[in-house]
Amino acid sequence: MTILMQNEEIINKINQLLIEEIEINKEQIRHEADLKKDLGIDSLDFVDLFVIIENNFGFKMKAEEMIEVKTLQDFYSYIIQRINPN
Amino acid sequence: MNRVVITGMGIYSVIGKNLDEVKDSLYLGKSGIILDPLRKEMGFRSSLTGMVERPVLKGVLDRRMRIGMAAQAEYAYIATLEALKIARIDQGYLDDHEVGILYGNDSSAVPVVESVDILRTKKDTMMIGSGYIFQAMNSTVSMNLSVIFRLRGINFTIAGACASGSHAIGMGYLMIKQGLQDIIICGGAQEINPESTASFDALNAFSTHESEPTKASRPFDRNRDGLVPSGGAGTVILESYSSAVNRGATILGEVMGYGFSSNGEHISLPNVEGPRRAMQKALKDSGMVASEIDYINAHATSTQAGDLNEAHAIDDVFGRTKPLVSSTKSMTGHEMWMGGASEVIYSTLMMKNSFVAPNINFDNPDEITGRLNIASSTTPYEINAFLSNSFGFGGTNSALIIRNFPNRVL
Repeated sequence: MTILMQNEEIINKINQLLIEEIEINKEQIRHEADLKKDLGIDSLDFVDLFVIIENNFGFKMKAEEMIEVKTLQDFYSYIIQRINPN
Repeated sequence: MNRVVITGMGIYSVIGKNLDEVKDSLYLGKSGIILDPLRKEMGFRSSLTGMVERPVLKGVLDRRMRIGMAAQAEYAYIATLEALKIARIDQGYLDDHEVGILYGNDSSAVPVVESVDILRTKKDTMMIGSGYIFQAMNSTVSMNLSVIFRLRGINFTIAGACASGSHAIGMGYLMIKQGLQDIIICGGAQEINPESTASFDALNAFSTHESEPTKASRPFDRNRDGLVPSGGAGTVILESYSSAVNRGATILGEVMGYGFSSNGEHISLPNVEGPRRAMQKALKDSGMVASEIDYINAHATSTQAGDLNEAHAIDDVFGRTKPLVSSTKSMTGHEMWMGGASEVIYSTLMMKNSFVAPNINFDNPDEITGRLNIASSTTPYEINAFLSNSFGFGGTNSALIIRNFPNRVL
């Protein structure tokens, strides 16, 4: 995945994956949505997110780094930071 | 001791995806056997198999419920939906009562192969994802259905080789008879894919009559040359008589007896004594005598040794009364883990509709099978009680006796 990938492009891709792969309702996709409480993403879904992110963005998520990821905005920021660290 | 009755049935098989389709196929003697060219490419001796497509459950069940289900759990889900509908048990009833599940299943090969393939390629267990573990275990059917239907009673899987489905009904019968449960979802499920049958093909046990697939499975016929693997799922709702009466449920039949035995000999070669003892024990448990059994749904899979020994055993127990005998595996192929449950369903459909389904392809008996009263064509016939045989590797044997409740045509 190129580091030139723009933030908006990354967010759109994440949203598409959440809708298509995790089957989150499109209407539920909001930046402030809590991943567990609002989107219903449980510990098993996180396991699938590891696979989905590696297959689509080419890097491995680290479980310890996900502890602070509570909202969809946190998740976007984490993925963006991993793709474009600078 | 409680009386145990059948109040629901559902089927997803290679001869029909619901009771009506299956009833018609049974009456018409329709085969569900095809050639699967993939098996030839993979190096199978025989590419013959029963075949039914996977149900489409997207939009029916949410993702979390779906991704843990192996194919046979999907078949079982469809069969169980139909069985619960026939039994008039809805989700509200399941939420308010302790209902159990005892399902027969003895393999789940594809998820095991696929998940290990991912590991070998990616060298990272995290890349396997969350669904495979729940697909790969033999209990994939009971664990998934118990969650989907929010069951709170007995919950486990019976693995008894090709008698799994029959033993599941037998164990459910014993639990309800003892008063431990009022309703148990019983059944058997069998995956259909090359991965699960390759090592079985290696035993030279499959028919290689590939030129005419519908004539390959020919139980009891002199020219039988092996079984044809098949699959699907069948669900039987067992219930205590008092619960069924209190609910106003329609009773389809009564489980009268369960006989079980183990040969204690060879791992794959059947014998006469074990099956004979299972049938005798089922008769004793039922309090019935041989002359009260009108029809026997034979285990007969179309192998030389298996059919021969079963014919011997049936002749030993029923030689004087000569009930009609047929093996529905002539049409379905060998449904293995599923067969003991589905064949109770097939036989109950015959019982409720007053016919015996044909043992198709029974053209010429041999010296021993000629002693049996085999229905080679569809036979109008009143069945008051039938016996269903199921035998499996390791010499496990199960015989069930079901009696009619003459109050409903399915």
